Formats: sequence, C-alpha cells, structure tokens
Amino acid sequence: MGEWRYVARKLLQAGVTLLFILTVNFFLFRVMPSDPVRLLTRQRGVQLTPEAQAALSSELGLDRPIPSQYLQYLADTVRLDFGNSFIYPGQSVVSVFLRYMWPTVLLVGTATVLMIVIGLYLGIRGGWKRGRPLDVGSMGFSLLFYSMPDFWLAMILLIVFSTALGWFPSGGFETPDSDLTGLSRVLDVANHMFLPVLTLTLGYIGEYYLVMRSSLLDVLGEDYITTVRAKGVREDRVLWRHAVRNAMLPSISLIALSFGFVLAGAITVELVFSYPGLGLLAIQAIDYQDFLLLQALFLFASLAVLVSNLVADLVYSWVDPRVREA
Amino acid sequence: MNVLEVSGLSVAAVTCEKQVPAVRGVSFGIDRGQVLGLAGESGCGKSTIGLGLLRLLPPGTEMAGRAVLNGADVLAMAPSQLGAVRWTQASVVFQGAQHALDPVIRVGNQIEEAILAHRTATRRETRARTAELLELVGLPARRARDFPNEFSGGQKQRVMIAMALACDPDLVIADEPTTALDVMVQAQVLRLLKNLQMELGLSMLFITHDLSVLAQVSDRLAVMYAGRIVEEGPADEVFGSPAHPYTAALADAFPRIGDEAFVQSPGGLDGDPPDPRELPSGCSFHPRCPRVMDRCRTIEPPSFPAGAGRRAECLLLEEGAPEAMPT
Amino acid sequence: MAGDSLAAKARSPRSVVWARRRLSAGRFWATYRRSVMGIAGLAILVVFVLVALLAPVLVSSDQLDVTKATGPILEGPSLAYPMGTDDAGRSVLALIVWGSRVSLAIGLLAAAVSMVVGAAVGIVAGFRGGRWDAALMRFTDWFLVLPGLPLAIVLAAILGQSMFIIVMVIGLTSWPWTARIVRSQALSVRERAYVERARGLGARDPQLILKHVLPNLFPVIFANTILSIAAAILAESALSFIGLGDPLRVSWGATLELAFAAGAPTIGAWWWIGFPGACIVLVVLAFTMCGNALEEILNPRLRQR
Repeated sequence: MGEWRYVARKLLQAGVTLLFILTVNFFLFRVMPSDPVRLLTRQRGVQLTPEAQAALSSELGLDRPIPSQYLQYLADTVRLDFGNSFIYPGQSVVSVFLRYMWPTVLLVGTATVLMIVIGLYLGIRGGWKRGRPLDVGSMGFSLLFYSMPDFWLAMILLIVFSTALGWFPSGGFETPDSDLTGLSRVLDVANHMFLPVLTLTLGYIGEYYLVMRSSLLDVLGEDYITTVRAKGVREDRVLWRHAVRNAMLPSISLIALSFGFVLAGAITVELVFSYPGLGLLAIQAIDYQDFLLLQALFLFASLAVLVSNLVADLVYSWVDPRVREA
Repeated sequence: MNVLEVSGLSVAAVTCEKQVPAVRGVSFGIDRGQVLGLAGESGCGKSTIGLGLLRLLPPGTEMAGRAVLNGADVLAMAPSQLGAVRWTQASVVFQGAQHALDPVIRVGNQIEEAILAHRTATRRETRARTAELLELVGLPARRARDFPNEFSGGQKQRVMIAMALACDPDLVIADEPTTALDVMVQAQVLRLLKNLQMELGLSMLFITHDLSVLAQVSDRLAVMYAGRIVEEGPADEVFGSPAHPYTAALADAFPRIGDEAFVQSPGGLDGDPPDPRELPSGCSFHPRCPRVMDRCRTIEPPSFPAGAGRRAECLLLEEGAPEAMPT
Repeated sequence: MAGDSLAAKARSPRSVVWARRRLSAGRFWATYRRSVMGIAGLAILVVFVLVALLAPVLVSSDQLDVTKATGPILEGPSLAYPMGTDDAGRSVLALIVWGSRVSLAIGLLAAAVSMVVGAAVGIVAGFRGGRWDAALMRFTDWFLVLPGLPLAIVLAAILGQSMFIIVMVIGLTSWPWTARIVRSQALSVRERAYVERARGLGARDPQLILKHVLPNLFPVIFANTILSIAAAILAESALSFIGLGDPLRVSWGATLELAFAAGAPTIGAWWWIGFPGACIVLVVLAFTMCGNALEEILNPRLRQR
C-alpha cells in the first residue's frame, strides 16, 4: 500500500507546483509590467483615449488591489477563461489555442516517440558494444547535433531537401486549398511534417543516446550482473532482462526533463517551416504583442512539463520498487 | 578424484593498459564433501581465484593453467559448455549481497531464473523448488514475492545461499559471505553454511580474510600472499602450528578478548601487502618477515613439505635451515 | 650550519599554499593536455576569442552599416567576399567577425550570472543543510518545471530588448542546474574532516565557506560554467532568431534572423545561413568538449567510457 501513498504524495506535490506556476504566470503578466493596460491593449499606431483606457482597465479588473486580481485570475483560469485574443479579434484565446494545438501535438508527439525509441535503442547497443564504430560514430554524431541550434538545422534541411532537391514542401501543414480526405490527406500532412519532425528528432536524439549508454555502462559494472552471468543465464537475457531494465530508470527521468527542451525547440522549428502550431502562434503573439494569448501559451508549456514530470515519477515508481518504500 | 583440481593457475588483470599479475601459479585440490578455506589479506588474489574458476572476471583478463571441475577443464571450455556448467556443478555465494541481487526483480523470480537457465520446468515445479530452498535457509516461503530491498543484510545472504543451491551444485564457492554482516548475524550465517554443507555433502571453497571464521568452517586451510599459496594443510594444524611466518603473523593479529598479553603488545605485521605491479625480489614476503634470512631476498622459495598433507613455501623449511617455527 | 639551512627552509604559510597551488595547476595542465577533445576545443576557442578581440583590426566596423555596403547583393562566396554577401550587400564574413563579439560576450556574461546565482544557492543549501536546504531545493525544483526558453522568451517580450536584459534573462533561467550540482558537492565537502576541525577551532560559517568550501568546489563550478556558456550561446541565438535580441547588435543569431526574414532558405542563399550557423556550432562544440574534458579530469571514472 506504500504505492498509493506515494502516488498521493506526488499528486499533492504536483498540485502545489501547479499553484506556483499559476502564481508565476500572474506575476509575469500582471504584476511585472509597469502598465498592464498598455501591455494588454497595445495597438500599433492607435492610441486609446484616457477614458477608453480607464474603462478597459476596470473591465479587466486592473484597478482592483492585487490580491483580489489574483483570486479573480485563479477563478478565471479554473473556468478556462483566458480572455479574448488580440490578433484574432472577437475570438477567445481558448478557441485560437485549440486551432493551433493539433499540429504541435502531432509534431512533438511523433518526434518524441522517434527520439525515444531510436535513441534508447542505439544507446543500449552502443553501451553493450562499447568502442565499436557504431558507438564512437553515434557519440560524435550526438555531440555535433547537440551543438546545433534547431532553427539552423531546420534551415539547412530546408535548403537541401526542399529548395535544392525539391523532395519536400517548404512549409505549412498541408497543401493549401486542397480538399484531400482520408489516406491522401494523411500522406499530404506527413509530407509536410517530414522535415520538421526530422529536425526535432535529430536535434535531441543525442541526449537519449548518451544517457542510456552511460547508464547501461554503470549497470554493467554492478555486482548483480556478475551474479546473473554466474547463474549461467544467456547473454541476451542478461542484457535485456537485467541490464536494460535497471538502466532504463535514469532514462525515464530524462524523458520528462527533455520534454521542456523539445517544446522549446518546436517554437523555432515551427517558425522556420511556417508550421501552424502553438510555436508559430507564440511568435505571432510576440510580434503583435498579444499578451493574453502569450500568457495562455506559457501556462500550457509549464503545464506540459509538469504533467510529463508527474507521469515520469509515477512510471519510475512502478518500475523501481525501491522508490515506493522511501 | 577431486571435485576440483587446480594446477598452475595464473591470472593477469588488465588495468589502464598494464597487465597486473593477480594470481601466480596456484595449485590446490578440493575433495568431495571437503571445505577448503582460502585466507589472506585484501589484494592477495583470493577473490580473483573465486571469480576466475567460473570465468567471471572482466573481459580482457588473461588466465593460464588448468581448473578441472568434475573432470573437465573449465578454463578450456567453449562458452556454451561453460554456461551449462555454471551453477549446476559449481555456484557462487557472493560477498555483500547488498549489490549482488538485481534490485528490481523479486527474489523468488531470481531463484527461479537460476533453475530455468538449465532445465525446463513448469511454474508449479519452480515455485515449489524455490519455496523448498528458502525454507532450507530459514526463510518463510512467502518471502519469494519480496524485492531485495525488503530484506536485511543477513536475510539477503540467506537468499544468496538458497539461490546458490538451486541446481544442486557439487562445489560452492563462498566469496567473503559474512564480511559485511554484524558479528551476531555472521555467526548465524556461518552456522547455516556449515550445516548445509554437512547435510548436503557439498564441497566448498571458502574465501575470506578472517582466519577465525575459517578455523570453524574449514577442513583444510590455504593461506595466500601476493598471488601465491604460501601454506596449505589441515585447518587445525595450520592454525595451531603455522609453518610459514606469514600464517603465524596472520593468526597472531586477531584480537583475543580478555588476553592481557595481547592488549599490551598486539600482534600483526608492520607494512602493507606488496603492490602486484612491483613485487619484491626473491620471496615476496621477505620485506615484512620477522625471520628473514639473506637468501630470502634472492631466492623464490618452492613448495616444501611441512608434515603430513602439509606444505609451505618458505626457505626455513629447507633441510639444514635454522629451526622451524616454535609452536 | 644546520641552523642556517633550517632558517632557509622556513617559509611563510602563504608562500607554501601558493607553491602548492602552482604545483597542482601544473599537474592539472599536464593531465588536460592529454585529452584530445579538450585540446581541440581549446584551440577552437582561442581562435574565436582572438577574432572577437581583434575584430576592429580585422574588419572595419563600417562594413556593418547597411547604408555603406558596397558589395553585390546576395552573392555566393567569391574571392572578394569569401563568405558571400547579404541582401544589403554586406560581407557575411564581416558580420561574423563582429557578431562573434556579441555572441561570445552574451554567452560568457549570462553564464557568469547563472553561475553566481546557482553557486550561491547551491552552497547555502548544501552547506547549511536542514531547513535552508529543504526550502531552497524546493524552490529550485519549482523553477526547473518552468521551461527555460519559453520563460526567457516571455521575460524578454515583457521587459524589452537590450543586451543587459538578454544576459539577465538567460542567466536567471539557467541557474537551477548549477545549483543542484553545487549543492551535492557542498554536501560532501561539509562532511570532510578538515571542515570539522576548522569548526572546532571556532571558525564561523562565512569564513569556512570562503576558505575551505569554495576552493574545493571551484573545479566543479568551473567545469559546470564552461558547459553553461555553451547553453547560453545557444539560448541567445534562439532569442535573437525569434527577434527578441538587441536590435542594435548583430550577433550570429541576429544575422540568421535577418537571413530568414529575407527568405534566404527558399532563395537558396546557403552562405548567409551556413557560415554564421557553423560558427555557432563550432563555438558551442568547443565549449562542450572543454567542459567534458574537465569533467573527465574531475571524475576519472568517466574516462573509461
């Protein structure tokens, strides 16, 4: 039953962290800017009259004391009321958000799955056969791609595979004004997604490779591996049932931690490929100074990291019995 | 025929691109149902022998000589044959079971794995056998469901013993099985090992630095220094009247509670065991030997007989040498 | 006479300490020299630092001025312009040389900020322990949940665009990593015998930290800082690429932003994208290799990998 107490504790901690995130969010967008009204309503070339400003100010509740604003903010958040977007007048932030959400989910999801599967597998093989060409090559490759800014890699891939070779479109989610359905639509989207997914995967796969490899090497030096070999167990079972199982543990934590970086990477990659996802939306929000939208996006990013950490903690406890006792 | 017959075993470990001789030409035999104690300080090579007999040393380690187990030379076997021999003919009880058990797998499954590695059996059969083994070492059968971190140090050692017996081996290699335990628990585990050994007629190679432990458990005793066996013989004789100065010092070094004379002038030797990379010339013990002679610095002593079934590598035993050790 | 040689041998404690430090520095360099990765990284860094320092000598700052550009527009590499020109006719090579100053400076300063804050938090948490440790580490963990680059983006968007803000923003979003590592080191140093002895002699905490703890933590902090410079340079390039960098300064990231905005990828102006980006890659790679080499020296176990 220690398991349930552990889960409850983790959920509680997540709840507290969530409160922290919301507070930071509030602080960033309401308390820090010296003139939130100007921040929230800045329009290029158009000045609001003092009366209009005051009216807007009271409508947004900015003339109330901060604690009461904070409570209002919390209440609004729970009701998923994030206000109306500035770039898309009349549309709520939530509806804009939902429109741009799926492409990002597809992009980040596909890339993450590929990174994990390929990266971990190569890490296992590399650690098991340390020093062989595959291992050395992969290490160099990881180091190289880690040092590249993702947007630069994106542009290079764009120039080579789209502009020069013409194999892939230069951007977007699907061919505009086409009424494709079913399989042909899926293929069309896949065609557009290929380069962005490739960029993200190449950029972050190295991390997974290195961590898995180093953790496998650690495990292979442990006494219990000698015990298993002494029992006459076959080598492939030694590797997969014992070594990999134990070596996975640090990788789980890493996957959660990396998620934040992958999300960040998606921002610039979507920009380069004009990929209509949340990253591109965030940049539009910055360019047009739509701070309500930006606030919601930042909240989403923080929540995504929080949830992935929580999931990682729970998976870790399920895999490693020692944690449950703590 | 002996269960285990080792002749001229040499092991060279590889550290940082240099070859270090850990074991230098060691020979001994263990008969059926016999316990051979292997004693010595850290670094003398005894654990290397223990692991080396089943070829469990890190890759790149070089081994020479013969280690004949039940008539077949382990060091010359093909890997597939070795896999079949491991655990079924000889098994190991490791020291510090703290880290010798896989932490994420239940102990029952780890014991079952040992069984299933060598024969096919139904789940019921392996479960029954696992329960039988656990009870043999004094643990309730239901604990098979638990993970290693749920056991105390002494209990983990019992699990290791149960696991080592899973395939009815002829020889059990016990590598410092009681070293990391509290004194009281040590005594319990020792008693268990001795009882099992006698009940099941096991041969045992008991490796430890603690001579007092060996005195209780062993039939024969072999003392190692700097990679060689410097003395071997029946346990009580070697312990009671050592032929080699090192054995005498080792026996003398152990504190005896209530012995005033010991408290006033504790035994033991000055200095440390030699670095295997830079062994002294002649007899490797000569820098620390209280009875060193000039010849000891240049001549490496061969094995001399020291009584019935006893031998020692010391020039003091050569005919015409000054008096042997006082009793 | 025996007395004379004795007097000659006596030295002040301070000179003994310094002699020992020189000796260990010498030994450190001898070990570092053996690492291929470390030397390669160091060589690359020396080249780039020299270029950055000598920029005014190598290339006239006039070449950065859009109004004074005289080169052909969007031309590939040629003898006159080894790295080609941008859409205003400026030499890409000139942009890179001057950009090195900005990119390296911001990277170094931001990493310094991150190091100071992270080390301070880590030392207090690790050394004081108890409630300080629990509270500071809880705070650090919360901070780790906030995704670094998005937070930097938001802060920059709200606070404005200047070099100072960029440095502070990057520094203040990357200190948690340093804090964690420093804390675990501080914890282990605290247990060591000489600290206990110093305490026994009546040393107070701040004194203990300065004289005993910091010198021992220095190698770890240093290795970690090298690696965070790499991360800071990448962060700055990303922020500049999005458009949040200092508009007055032409860092490598900012050059790439101009290139992208002008449609360089679809036009095929590979030199405008390739060369500035390759510089980022080289510098980040160099810092990472040096940092790894340092970590291997500190933790010899890693060398077997």
